[in-house]
Amino acid sequence: MNHLKLWLGRSQPAQALLLTLFVLFTAASVYFSDKSVVAFLLLLGSLLLLYLTTFRTSIKWGIGAVLLVVVIPFATSGGPAHQSYMEVATQCGIYIAMALGLNIVVGFAGLLDLGFVAFFAVGAYTYAIFATPQANEFISGQLFPLPGGAFWIFIVLGGFMAALFGLLLGLPVLRVKGDYLAIVTLGFGEIIRIIFNNLDRPVNITNGAMGLSSIQPPSLFGFSFTFPNQFYFIVILILAIVIFSVKRLEHSRLGRAWKAIRENEIAAQSMGIPLIRTKLTAFAIGASFSGMMGVVFAAKQTFIDPTSFTLLESITILVMVLLGGMGSVPGVILGAALVTILNLQVLTELTNWINQLTLQGIIHIPNSISPSKMQRLIFGAILVLVAIFRPNGLITAKNKKVDAERLKTLSTGRSLSVTSPAKQHSGGVGQ
Amino acid sequence: MKGKKSFAILAGACLMIGLLSACSSSGNEAKPAEGNTADPGGKTEVIKIASQSPLSGGSAIQGESIKLGGQMALEERQAEFKELGFDLQFVPYDDQGDSKKGVANSELIGADQAVLAVLGHLNSGVSIPSSVVYEKYGIPMVSPASTATDFTDRKLKAANRIVARDDFQGPAGAEYAVKTVGAKNIFVIQDKTAYGQGLADAFRSAAEELGATIAGYEGITVGEKDFNGVLNQVLSKKPDFIFFGGMYAEAGLIVKQAREKGITVPIMGGDALDSSGMVDIAGDKLTEVAYSSVSTDVTKSNKEWADQYQEKFGKSVENYSAYAYDSMNVILNAVKKAIEDNGGKLPTREQVRDAVRATTDFEGIATKVSFDDKGDNEFAKVFIYKFESPTYPGTMVSEIEQPKE
Amino acid sequence: MDMILQTLPQVLVDGLTLGAVYAVVAIGYTMVYGILEFINFAHGEIFMTGAFVGTAALLTMNSAGWLNGLPAGLAYFLILATAMLATGMLGIGIERVAYRPLRRAPKLISLISAIGVSFLLQDIVRFIADIRTGNFIVTGISLYGDNLKLGVSSLWSGFDDAFLKTNTIIVVAVAVVLMMGLDFFVNRTKWGTAMRAVAQDRETASLMSINVNKVIALTFFIGSALGGGTGVLFAQQYGTIDPYIGFILGMKAFTAAVLGGIGNIRGAMFGGLFIGVLEMFSSANLSVMTGGALGGEYKDVVAFLILIAVLIFKPEGLFGKAVKEKV
Repeated sequence: MNHLKLWLGRSQPAQALLLTLFVLFTAASVYFSDKSVVAFLLLLGSLLLLYLTTFRTSIKWGIGAVLLVVVIPFATSGGPAHQSYMEVATQCGIYIAMALGLNIVVGFAGLLDLGFVAFFAVGAYTYAIFATPQANEFISGQLFPLPGGAFWIFIVLGGFMAALFGLLLGLPVLRVKGDYLAIVTLGFGEIIRIIFNNLDRPVNITNGAMGLSSIQPPSLFGFSFTFPNQFYFIVILILAIVIFSVKRLEHSRLGRAWKAIRENEIAAQSMGIPLIRTKLTAFAIGASFSGMMGVVFAAKQTFIDPTSFTLLESITILVMVLLGGMGSVPGVILGAALVTILNLQVLTELTNWINQLTLQGIIHIPNSISPSKMQRLIFGAILVLVAIFRPNGLITAKNKKVDAERLKTLSTGRSLSVTSPAKQHSGGVGQ
Repeated sequence: MKGKKSFAILAGACLMIGLLSACSSSGNEAKPAEGNTADPGGKTEVIKIASQSPLSGGSAIQGESIKLGGQMALEERQAEFKELGFDLQFVPYDDQGDSKKGVANSELIGADQAVLAVLGHLNSGVSIPSSVVYEKYGIPMVSPASTATDFTDRKLKAANRIVARDDFQGPAGAEYAVKTVGAKNIFVIQDKTAYGQGLADAFRSAAEELGATIAGYEGITVGEKDFNGVLNQVLSKKPDFIFFGGMYAEAGLIVKQAREKGITVPIMGGDALDSSGMVDIAGDKLTEVAYSSVSTDVTKSNKEWADQYQEKFGKSVENYSAYAYDSMNVILNAVKKAIEDNGGKLPTREQVRDAVRATTDFEGIATKVSFDDKGDNEFAKVFIYKFESPTYPGTMVSEIEQPKE
Repeated sequence: MDMILQTLPQVLVDGLTLGAVYAVVAIGYTMVYGILEFINFAHGEIFMTGAFVGTAALLTMNSAGWLNGLPAGLAYFLILATAMLATGMLGIGIERVAYRPLRRAPKLISLISAIGVSFLLQDIVRFIADIRTGNFIVTGISLYGDNLKLGVSSLWSGFDDAFLKTNTIIVVAVAVVLMMGLDFFVNRTKWGTAMRAVAQDRETASLMSINVNKVIALTFFIGSALGGGTGVLFAQQYGTIDPYIGFILGMKAFTAAVLGGIGNIRGAMFGGLFIGVLEMFSSANLSVMTGGALGGEYKDVVAFLILIAVLIFKPEGLFGKAVKEKV
């Protein structure tokens, strides 16, 4: 058995074979069954398997893209549950982007932000106000709602607005540190929600508690996006951009500055890192991811009101980051996907199943302990357990290791062929 | 090295689970197969009717009553559909009173081809976004409780309700306040939710039209327990009538704290006060409180039914129980009609949707139902009740018919 | 202006009642912070649990028929003691399970653990209440519900009379007794001295043969018992409770603790009263002062803005001492 494991670990063809078999197998079971949550989850699990292979990074990205863009949409299209799978996948994508945004703030820069959902709200409202007749309330000329084509501009605009809010909040807030920062951001998150809930007078901007309904769906060349399987591709596209930029940022000068601040603020400052500016960029960039997804969320829901942006949402995103591993990009993606699926599919399906059994009189479980209500309990348990037993999350963040030998050779001007960069990437997977 | 080993372990585990899933997914395949394809024994196809209402959260009492009312109607008619060759099933969903959860559930419901119609929701804030999803899939919904104007004003084919609209309920309340009680100076409080604000705004404009002045208009926060701040403002404005748009949990406390402060003027609220929770919370301070309701008191008009309900579920009838019961019967009648029109075969969702909208002169236990072209019930009425003593339900003061346009 | 003055006595009565609740809860935050430099996020939930334990005890006593034979004062004392003991033990348990293993971990991690505990408590209490009563909004029995009238209009005709319940007086009185008792305990007894020693320097204290773990457990016991006791007062004052009352109230109490200077017990008392009165004042008068543009719904915004302003401009609070950061 051990030999098999070792062999599997070393032999890439064997991994490829196994992965292909696994994908084929799960894809087929998703395709041919009417509705099987387990099979769908396993199909998504193939992405995790892919991550753990020892292929070159670029190949992994390629296979991942094929899986996401071709295999998953195709495999789920077999049964009537297509849209429901795609809804789950879309929501996953939205939360992954938000979690990656929060990861920059909490994971990279070490600033605990408990009001992160406010930026999501800013993005969502930015689109919703102008894609409904609402904007006519304070801008004269009956120009609104804007046509669905404006959605694409608003993705950028929503991200920009959220970043702007991030800067505005960050400026005063970043003067405080640690626990205090958490409380202050929490306060700001609540303030923004309360203000959105009350901004229907004196000037009606957000339509207050009534929310904004009939938001224009996005459209492209006359094609209008309404179903989850269409939104799926929009989300995948944005997600690709987000992951690409996070990956680039992580090891950039800025990314290293964030991590330096996280590890030791004073040391970082004395190394010449401008504290406030670096923290502010973390806030702004993190917020902008959230804002972009807010726009998508508003367009997908076609209705938003302030109840979608409560503290529980902020905590949910925090749970995702923490569960996956603070500062670890693949970890955060995994965490976000797990929590979203747990919330939307596993708990709901479990509740339905118990309901069916109760209706048929087989068992009697009171409504009050149905699993779909246990969200807080489960999140609470995850937070405590992860904090105590696995503070680094499921996939621990790893810093790029600098090979001292290689540096020496660099400085003495010899050739660079001592170690290849690819090896460093896959060196310490899942330790 | 470590990484490679973990890959191997994971790969092994995945294979195992994969095998298991093959078993479980084939098991899943088998289940619908029984229902969907004609098996040799008897020809039964599954028809599912879903319900969506908050089974948890602050409105759980009312949400539960919707589920139970619907369940009762459906179970009574299972035999009838059996004869037509269909197995009728009930799938209750919990929307938690949360629009995101409601929409996600709606997508699940839309994905389940056996679901032909939805009973729900309670909260207008959930009904409105969810109806967009139902519209996409052509699933008709009948709400026994959502009163916001926007719900049907968007003229969706799928959205129907058998209760009165806020722009009918609010004015009816205003009429009671101004004409019956003779209020001249009214203080309006609302809970800053889609429901509370919609109702309070409708009441306010109607009261102003009838000649009353609005002494103040204040918002409160749902879930708080101390409303002394707002009530102190009421004290200083000295109104002769208070209207509250919001749920019973806050209403009960407002009544209680107002009476403790020596504010004795009449207090009125909307249909959300139509709950036994008012009595629990306000206790003996529940005096001079009136509420408009979109539902009649079935315990008096149809005692037999109320007793059956009590016996079946061990719970007393709440205000929406009978309306959910009627809504479910409207749905089932439409399904039956669609089956008949389709030559005894399983109808499409669109056929059921159009059959629901075509409902005319349905005689339910609580209300008569005819849908107009927007999905509003032409026979919806508003009733004014008053708590004479701290017992639920209050006594009916008047019954107001919908004005004919 | 007349209107504001007219209701001022009533606003003060209500504000001080609410403020007394905030003050005692704020003490819990401040004590734990003073010793561990850590925000016990779950403290608001301990307050909520106390409210539920007290109400449950009262309802049990009532259904067992004991309440009729018992003087109301004794019943009040009994439920207060039950709730304080239960929440005190709960506090020790939480510290043992969720915080002690993390004492050396980064602060971020223990804060997250505290948020987790707070969620757990909310849902567990909801489950129990939901199963026992069918609804998690629970209404208890009022022991002292009589109305009193404070004839302040005879003092000055610009004032209106203020109304209060007998329970209001009990709330304020019990809160004051608890606070004075604590003040005495911390400043005059041996254990209190040990507590202050641990707060100042944990390691040196342990060298002085102080059992640090015991002192920390005691701190959690006292802080949580105070929170739980306040929960009972709250439940008696407002009648109705639900599992989510603790969170926002905890936030405001924390604001009060920060305002008074965190770690400073007397400061927390002042902060609580101040925030209570301010909240009541803004919710009663915001719309009067702004001509209806901003309503009472902004009262929480006012509280949070104060918190943020204090943290930014005077992070040591009104009564706290500025601490130089150790490098």
